[in-house]
Amino acid sequence: MLGEGILRGLGETARNFAGSFVSAERLTTVQYPEERVAPIEATRDFPFLVYDGEDWEAGLRCVACQICEKECPPKCIYIVKSTDKKPDALGKPQIYPARFDIDISVCMSCQICVEVCPFEAIKMDTEFELSTTDRFAGLLYDKKELAKSNEHYHKIHPTEAGEVDARLAEEKMKAEAKARAAAAAAQAKAAQAKAAAPPADAPASPQPAAPAAKASPASVRTAADAVASPEGDQQG
Amino acid sequence: MSGSAVVQDKKPGWNRPPLIEPEGEGELLEVAMGPHHPSTHGVFRMDVALDGERVIRLKPVFGYLHRNHEKIAEGSSYLASMPFTDRLDYMCPMTNNWAYAIAVEKLVGQEVPERAEYLRVIVGELTRVVNHASAIGFLTQEMGASGTPLMYAFKEREKILDLFEALTGARMMVNYMRFGGCRVDATPAWLDATRKVVAGLPKFVDEFENLLRGSEILMARCQGVGILRPELAVNAGVTGPMLRASGVNYDIRKVDGYGIYNRFKFRVPLGDHGDIYDRFMIRLLEIRESLGILEQALKDIPAGPVMDPKAKLRGFRPKPGEAYGRIEAPKGELGFYLISDGGPNPYRYRIRPPSLINLTILEDMCLGSNVADVILIFGSVDIVLGEVDR
Repeated sequence: MLGEGILRGLGETARNFAGSFVSAERLTTVQYPEERVAPIEATRDFPFLVYDGEDWEAGLRCVACQICEKECPPKCIYIVKSTDKKPDALGKPQIYPARFDIDISVCMSCQICVEVCPFEAIKMDTEFELSTTDRFAGLLYDKKELAKSNEHYHKIHPTEAGEVDARLAEEKMKAEAKARAAAAAAQAKAAQAKAAAPPADAPASPQPAAPAAKASPASVRTAADAVASPEGDQQG
Repeated sequence: MSGSAVVQDKKPGWNRPPLIEPEGEGELLEVAMGPHHPSTHGVFRMDVALDGERVIRLKPVFGYLHRNHEKIAEGSSYLASMPFTDRLDYMCPMTNNWAYAIAVEKLVGQEVPERAEYLRVIVGELTRVVNHASAIGFLTQEMGASGTPLMYAFKEREKILDLFEALTGARMMVNYMRFGGCRVDATPAWLDATRKVVAGLPKFVDEFENLLRGSEILMARCQGVGILRPELAVNAGVTGPMLRASGVNYDIRKVDGYGIYNRFKFRVPLGDHGDIYDRFMIRLLEIRESLGILEQALKDIPAGPVMDPKAKLRGFRPKPGEAYGRIEAPKGELGFYLISDGGPNPYRYRIRPPSLINLTILEDMCLGSNVADVILIFGSVDIVLGEVDR
């Protein structure tokens, strides 16, 4: 019969229309912004810098190694290294970013900066309501705007942040154990040197021990290590 | 000037004699359809010469969305091109990632772990479902079905995009695959959610088929319109559902057996007439076959790593050589051709986009049809301008 197909199709739409009153599954839209869908944990949009502790400037994990700047596909990251060193969370003097800017209008949320960062310093945020009236300065974030606490990271990506914290704690423990071992070795060496050397040379005896103690790193990966090895890969 | 055969214009290729003769008296009318025409899926122009309502010639004009992707890729590292491939065919980013990953893996001789292969098949077939459902939705939209089938398709698309977001962090710009595996592993909860969505999809396909297949309006508009002969399709290099709707049995999943596709049981639907209705039906049937593959993949997925532990993420320099990686993307054969000169960037990076090559026979399909049919034929090709212009 002509029109049978159309009637069958109309039956489908009628079923969906009537069904939307009784079944929540058929009613798929939400009234944003009053209603919001539940956030998905893996969601990402723009990067932020993680800091530990209370003070955002002192607690930044970033050591300005510039790997993310180099790997960023649209080149939206701009970093200026500091000329001096400041103690990081572990108390070891580190280079820090004197400037760290991300142009949010250029960033394409690809997450490559997060993947290549060896210090767990840059992570993806979930804040998406970022509209501003200033299209240039308002979308160029400096390090103060980018810095967010580790607690914030735990709030938006609990599983991932837990893993990261566990990894960092393990690294810290290893570093401390290594430092202790190195210190013990240096001490033993110093004691040996002391025993071997005549007592008249007493002021000279700490000197062979000093470079050994200095070489023992407080953390496993220093900024110098991290920059040296990938650069060797890429340009060597 | 009566029935003038030559339109006076300086455009190259435009002054050749028409492929079909105008009928009757009068001048030919030149119409530029697009680039801001609501039916053009983006910024695409068709220069059409009309004899009354009949199309005498048609010239597709590309390039309005050119973003220099290939040249940018030649200047950046292999990894940095991966997020850009999401933006080629933005309806199916997963398959774009996959094709590029396959090309680079061929270039460097990288193996992919078992679980990653399964995950690639799962997300790839989900992408095919999304693409085909939306393509049918857009086709009916162009027929004047003001949005109902499209919204039904988008309702299902939303569920699949939520799965993608839970897995990768983004709905469309997923940036999921890496050379030697996938970026993140799927949790058991994600696999369960996927099984639930896949279990619900046959109901949607039934509903969709009920809604459209027998509709007299759809049949009247689609059957016998925009016929593509198999010989022409093969000669022009048309691939994907377009080619199979013309009755040529060519599916790269079967022909090449890339990844682990030879482990799955699925059939390749073929058309008989090569008209718009066949293309519509092929897409509907391919969704069903994809659901079959998804069920098998979700049942058999093994445990294990999703990244080859030896795979390097960054700073790798393939040996000088070349590689062509291709897959059966939802729109046809998507290939990436890479030449390495041993540096950190590809020396040449070339994409074989199915959308562009499927568009080249647009004039042959449209000759002699009415203007309203041109829109429909164009819609049945199923293109995304991001991939046509790159």
